[in-house]
Amino acid sequence: MSMSPARKRYTLRLAAAMAAFLATFALAEYGIDRKQIGAVAAAVLALLPGLCVTAVFWALGRYLVEEKDEFRRMLLVREILISTGITMTVVTIWGFLAEYRIVPYGHAFYPIWLFFFAQGIGGIVNRLTYGDSGAC
Amino acid sequence: MENRLRVLRAEQGWSQQQLADKLEVSRQSVNAIETGKYDPSLPLAFRIAELFGLAIEQVFVSPSRRSSGAI
Repeated sequence: MSMSPARKRYTLRLAAAMAAFLATFALAEYGIDRKQIGAVAAAVLALLPGLCVTAVFWALGRYLVEEKDEFRRMLLVREILISTGITMTVVTIWGFLAEYRIVPYGHAFYPIWLFFFAQGIGGIVNRLTYGDSGAC
Repeated sequence: MENRLRVLRAEQGWSQQQLADKLEVSRQSVNAIETGKYDPSLPLAFRIAELFGLAIEQVFVSPSRRSSGAI
């Protein structure tokens, strides 16, 4: 399956965001944990990895806008809806379980990784129902 | 939605990829439409019909007419 120009741009943006995330995360881990910087600089460093991850959502949005193929757009929308549904379900149930101390509270950024993982499940559902995951 | 796209394409001797290129969509889109898994938008349905020089209803079967047994 050939990659559309919009998909190529999305892939490049995704790779850039992930590379920036890894670099800023390493920087924050190194700088903040060793207490080599002040409070303001630490706050800025702590912000950067999160901003890099949110760039992935921007890239997803741009791909939806730029993709000319309506079938591929539909597949991505389905993927995001399935992923959002799974994430919201898990977060809601986990939240109530944590509220009553059945399970521990988790980090606030765990749902983001769950969302990305669930996108893969959305792709599998697309493949099973439409014969195409829309991955290219 | 049931349609005659596969037959019309075969009559022209086009592959799915060739038809996709003419419509400026992916081959997967053509396949999904041909197999009835995906209903194209009205603009794309018009593009398909115009490519074959036909009216939309000569390419796509109306679901309501289909269920009433009119076709």
